[in-house]
Amino acid sequence: MTLTAVRALPSRAPARPGGAPRRRPHRHRRQDALVGYLFIAPQALGIVAFVLVPLGLIAYYSAHEWNVLAGTFRFVGTENFERLFTDPQLGGVLQATTIFSIALVIANLTLALVLALLLNRRMRGVGFFRTVFFSPVVVSLVAWTIVWGFLLQADGGINGMLATIGIEGPNWLREGPTAMASVVIVQVFKNVGLNMVLFLAALQGVPHELFEAARVDGARPSTIFWRITFPMISPTILLTVIITIVGSLQVFAQIAVLTQGGPGTSTTVLVYYLFQQAFQFGKFGYGSVLAILLFLIVLVLTIVQWMLRRKWVFHEN
Amino acid sequence: MRSAKMLTITGVLAASAMTLAACAAAEPTAVEPEGPVDLRMTVWTANEDHLALFDSIAEAYMAENENVTSITFDPLPFEDYTTTITTQIAGGNAPDLAWVLENAALDFVGSGALLDLAPTFEEAEGFDYDDLTDSATGLWRDGEGLYAYPFSTSPMAIFSNTTLLAEAGVPSASEQVAAGDWNWEEVAANGAAVKAATGKAGFIVRDFEYQQWDLLSTVWNGWGAQPWNDERTECTMDSDEMVDAFEFLHEAAFETGAMPGPGTTADFFAGEVAYTVTQISRAALLGEAGFEWELHPLPAGPAGEYSVFGQAGIGVIADSPNAQAAADFLAFFTNPENSRQLAQYFPPPRASLLTGETLAQTNPLLSAEQLDAVVVDGIATGVTRPTIEGSAEIQQAVRAQLDALWTPDADIPAVLTSVCDAMQPLIQG
Repeated sequence: MTLTAVRALPSRAPARPGGAPRRRPHRHRRQDALVGYLFIAPQALGIVAFVLVPLGLIAYYSAHEWNVLAGTFRFVGTENFERLFTDPQLGGVLQATTIFSIALVIANLTLALVLALLLNRRMRGVGFFRTVFFSPVVVSLVAWTIVWGFLLQADGGINGMLATIGIEGPNWLREGPTAMASVVIVQVFKNVGLNMVLFLAALQGVPHELFEAARVDGARPSTIFWRITFPMISPTILLTVIITIVGSLQVFAQIAVLTQGGPGTSTTVLVYYLFQQAFQFGKFGYGSVLAILLFLIVLVLTIVQWMLRRKWVFHEN
Repeated sequence: MRSAKMLTITGVLAASAMTLAACAAAEPTAVEPEGPVDLRMTVWTANEDHLALFDSIAEAYMAENENVTSITFDPLPFEDYTTTITTQIAGGNAPDLAWVLENAALDFVGSGALLDLAPTFEEAEGFDYDDLTDSATGLWRDGEGLYAYPFSTSPMAIFSNTTLLAEAGVPSASEQVAAGDWNWEEVAANGAAVKAATGKAGFIVRDFEYQQWDLLSTVWNGWGAQPWNDERTECTMDSDEMVDAFEFLHEAAFETGAMPGPGTTADFFAGEVAYTVTQISRAALLGEAGFEWELHPLPAGPAGEYSVFGQAGIGVIADSPNAQAAADFLAFFTNPENSRQLAQYFPPPRASLLTGETLAQTNPLLSAEQLDAVVVDGIATGVTRPTIEGSAEIQQAVRAQLDALWTPDADIPAVLTSVCDAMQPLIQG
């Protein structure tokens, strides 16, 4: 067995007897800084290469018309941005994106919280159920979606099960409302386990004394939840709301595999529309503008949530 | 202060990388290499027999041309083939040669993305350029130039499951032909009878899946319908002929049950369907079929007999640094001798090889009579599947509108009018 001695770092420089704190020599401070930079270098390079450069390129491409096949690259100024206001499909795309995101966030967080509350107890088999609900998170997204695609076909497994009890199921992926609902449900079941685990961790961090005190005072379970549990896990709720909203705006594979944006354009969300414009129709300039639009939507939503946290997140007000 | 300096350095690095990357994307270079040449051809087949044949032809070429050190056939998924090629070109990773689908032919030919192959083919020893038929090469020509070699000109035909038809107590396709009943009305009636008697599907248009609507040209041509006018400037999806054709399909899908409805899968080659419309090259899938089958030309429609063929071309990417070497290899790959070998999978555009007898030598599953009736006559008299510039966007716009037609109580004329409303702005006028 190997023991590693770790020297505790002082929280501040020790005071010199009878004088000002001793400053480290300039050479040592430069060495420390260099080590620090080396530590962050891989992450910084990754951000530069895979975030900042693509962001810059997107801005650059958005002002150009790039015909890949013809090999032409022409500056068009704000033409691609102006198209945002005349694109007859964009309104429907944003509507589908909004419906998907709202439905996903509500369904995912509600189910995750309910599961976390149910599984935050000492009972037989709790570990098994936690594993069952978390396991879809580690399954390949495309494989998961393809299997659901088979289940949701008109003659698929779900309608087969419904038929055994005398119910004629709808054509899930070919009718507007059920297609959107199907995509949401497939995504909820895929990722609800992650939020469930986050909620579980938060629930287990709430001091038991608070619950005991509330019970002694005669508080009802619903009062305990809304007055103690909910406020105490509100930082985690904020986190899950942000990552779920951001994730919902990035949904692509489920749409591509299950509905290809249809029927009609009822499930054509912004990322899928961006993909169509840029990669299927070869309109990389307009596709870049849509990417900027998506970036701004995510940015604004995140900033708004961050600002609102003071209103409802415990420890922040 | 230090943070500001780091941010500045990071910003400058990002801007430099961005500028370099942008310049690289904007100004592709086209320098003829002096050293060894490595060629890459993208294909959408992953069939081992196909690839083995390609490799054997490539090895024979490399044995004669020592400067070509490797020729790679790169299979890409068919569903996203054109998108993947476009992305590869955009990313500076274009192949030297590429298979091109007919529905993207006008985009590739019109854009200048492909090298004119006519000078190379005319000069290539033993190529016999005049042997290429006009009907097969028409889609790939622009003036005197030929921008792709139509290596596969595959007529659409009907395979029928004789065993399943007998099980349902209806005449076989041969009996229908003999009785003069080889038309869509009888096919649909027999398909409905099969559905009623066996629960299996009557007829399908393979790969249509209620998405690839252009495949329905194998049906609507029988009604004399076209999706746009000859100049490709006006949508004609709302014509009376097209309405009649879609009413026929709608009735088959939602009333008689002859055609499986949306979201229902049925595979002819697994014995689940009585008739399938597909390309003759699919015959290879019937090698171990557990049922009796026949091959016939497309049935007649109200407008009479007709034929439709699908095509695929091989083009050389004009910006490839190995463009001329790739064109030279293509001339070898598709010369008469190699075309004869390729004909076992891909009907060639060569008049000398387009005879039932010649094709039968390399198609053991099909008789000379079948090949004469379907391939030779089909290519001579047929039309290609619909193709138009901007096909990907038009395909998507029409698909989105047609979704409303695939419901039991659809207003077919109204849906087809909405199709034209969506298509017309996208058609060059």
